[in-house]
Amino acid sequence: MVTPTFRFDPVEMPPEALETRKEVRAFIKEHEHLMGFSRGEFNRDFSRAMGKKGWIGMTWPKQYGGHERTSFERYVVIEEMLVAGAPLSAHYTGDRQSGPNMLRFGTEEQKNYFLPRIAAGEMAFCIGMSEPNSGSDLAGTRTRAQKVDGGYKINGTKLWTSNAHRADYAILFCKMAGDGKEEPDRHAGATQFLLDLKSPGIDIRPVINLLGEHHFNEIFLTDVFVPDNRLLGAEGNGWNQLTSELSFERSAPDRFLVLFQMLQQMIRMAGPEPDKATAAALGKLISQLATLRSMSVSIAGMLQEGINPNNESAVVKDLGTRYEQDIPVVARQLFPAEPELEAIDLYSSMIARSTMNAPRFSIQGGTREILRGIIARGLGLR
Amino acid sequence: MAIRDETRMLLESMGRLFEDHCTKQVADAAETGVFAQGLWDAVAETGVPLAALPESAGGADAEWSDLYAALRVAARFSAPIPLAETMLAGWAASSSGLETSDGPMTVGPVRLSDALTLRRDGNGWRLSGTASRLPYASFATRTVLIADGPDGEMVAAFDGTGGSDLAKGKNIANESRDTLQFNDVRLSSDQVAPVAGGVSRAALYRRGALARATMMSGALEKAMDLAVTYAQERVQFGRPISKFQAVQQNLAVLAGQTAAAVAAANLGIEALEKTSPEREEFLIAVAKTRVGEAATLACEIAHQVHGAIGFTKEYSLQLSTRRLWSWREEFGADPEWAARVGAYACRRGADNLWPMLTDG
Repeated sequence: MVTPTFRFDPVEMPPEALETRKEVRAFIKEHEHLMGFSRGEFNRDFSRAMGKKGWIGMTWPKQYGGHERTSFERYVVIEEMLVAGAPLSAHYTGDRQSGPNMLRFGTEEQKNYFLPRIAAGEMAFCIGMSEPNSGSDLAGTRTRAQKVDGGYKINGTKLWTSNAHRADYAILFCKMAGDGKEEPDRHAGATQFLLDLKSPGIDIRPVINLLGEHHFNEIFLTDVFVPDNRLLGAEGNGWNQLTSELSFERSAPDRFLVLFQMLQQMIRMAGPEPDKATAAALGKLISQLATLRSMSVSIAGMLQEGINPNNESAVVKDLGTRYEQDIPVVARQLFPAEPELEAIDLYSSMIARSTMNAPRFSIQGGTREILRGIIARGLGLR
Repeated sequence: MAIRDETRMLLESMGRLFEDHCTKQVADAAETGVFAQGLWDAVAETGVPLAALPESAGGADAEWSDLYAALRVAARFSAPIPLAETMLAGWAASSSGLETSDGPMTVGPVRLSDALTLRRDGNGWRLSGTASRLPYASFATRTVLIADGPDGEMVAAFDGTGGSDLAKGKNIANESRDTLQFNDVRLSSDQVAPVAGGVSRAALYRRGALARATMMSGALEKAMDLAVTYAQERVQFGRPISKFQAVQQNLAVLAGQTAAAVAAANLGIEALEKTSPEREEFLIAVAKTRVGEAATLACEIAHQVHGAIGFTKEYSLQLSTRRLWSWREEFGADPEWAARVGAYACRRGADNLWPMLTDG
């Protein structure tokens, strides 16, 4: 074989992960009234409660408020929470990517200041990557940082920023202001900042999504001052840092577990003795899910060993979004129902929510086309 | 989590063996109805076919996971030999205290609809019924079958194909699939024994299904390797077709399906003898379902990338894809296994779905 293959070694969860799972299930039971279906709720009290349990920043060093647990234990906490529909939004971005990004590239002062707050569930982060004219092509960012006395002055616009209206900080991706000439290297000057969303000059406006909900925002930055000590990593190293951050973003199991309750509901409706065609349609989805999960656990194993799962994460996200988009398609064939978002009937509202949410699965965190481009690069084709 | 060193060494040496002994000429020749004896002898010499047996029975107490991994390697090379069948025949016969053979063996029934019965006849037994489409029965030095006896399932093991009527058949990869008809065929008392050691018709069927799923994952790796390599060599419009995004995107899907197939087969393999028979069956059902789905999607892409050359006898892609289209249907097609997965989940109820996936 000459073609590089993606490795998904079978992994057995260590015993401590089984203990963690029990604890998480008990915790979820206590907080049952806060669980929902595919809503991405932002609940600071819940995040603080998770922080108290030691379930945020689980793998980070203790000196920064982390808990030095294994990637497997962290994986278990996340998958149990996702399946239950827990309101994770107030800490999820910080836990999944902003914190790890800082751990890798941040200064000692930044790590001491931010990481314990994220781990306690007290500080919410959001992602400042996309712009009106820079979506998949992040190197085309137009937001510019100019060096001024004691810091940087930033101008530009960020778009599709989930939870910017509720978060405390964003990791902002932009470029250093140049001399106006076209840079031959499109990644040159890329830089990341830890942006306090309360800074003067920031205007956050809602972008209502097609479900009529407010998650997205547009952020206008006008001469926003960021002090020197909030530069993340090095000036010009932003592209490298961004790639690493995206790899963290894509390695999580949230790409195939957000509609889990709908699959459960379909099993409920099928009853204990479904006809063969119904059983086969459900069995196909369950087989996809079981396979995705084993691949995802394998990625947790790679993280534990310090291996970068960039290609493998792209594979799982691509397969995972396909699976999640299939769920409402299969559902409407097995159990037709008119979709109604606020229906009293749980299933009708699930059909509505999943059908309307489906398009974003293969857009957020890297479009299907971008992911397949990453996979193709992994195969040596680009 | 890392693959064990012994496993890696075994797989590397198997890879070299097939590289040397399983060329396209060997695979082509086997399709004309001549058994690949040279290849078989080379494989048999490694001891792999009977390695699962206890040392007392001439085996090596090998891990099933290693042997299934070896099946994946064999399938990458489209090896035209009954390696999986011999492993399973050895397991079924030896567990029940019956003789095995160093030569190629066949095992069955491989279809749920087949009925085989054993009745007492003095000291011995009489076997009746049909065993359809037994792999390589024409070339088997020994046949091992599970049949219904008066007090439950029994294993019958005999040289050749006993006194059965043999009707030759083939799958679309021209692998021998022969139907044996037993009309009150007499067997001696040392050729029949009650099932033991976890052997049952259901266990044979699911392990056969897992063997096919595992082999398919190997054939998919080969098809992907060929497609990726070909795309980088084939020049059209002044550049390798691998430089076209449309082709890249297809190959990325192919790679994803292949990775999923390997992972799904591993789910079944990891469950072998480490969990309850019920859970083993569930995970193997997941494997055959998911690998079958992958095979359907992947064959289409592998051929599309190759264009006309992939549709020829001369080029080797068809060795893999004709096997994939055959194996997909053997020991239960993916829709059949999917229905089992669904039925299992529905029987246990929605609230048990998550524990079913996470708890061993």
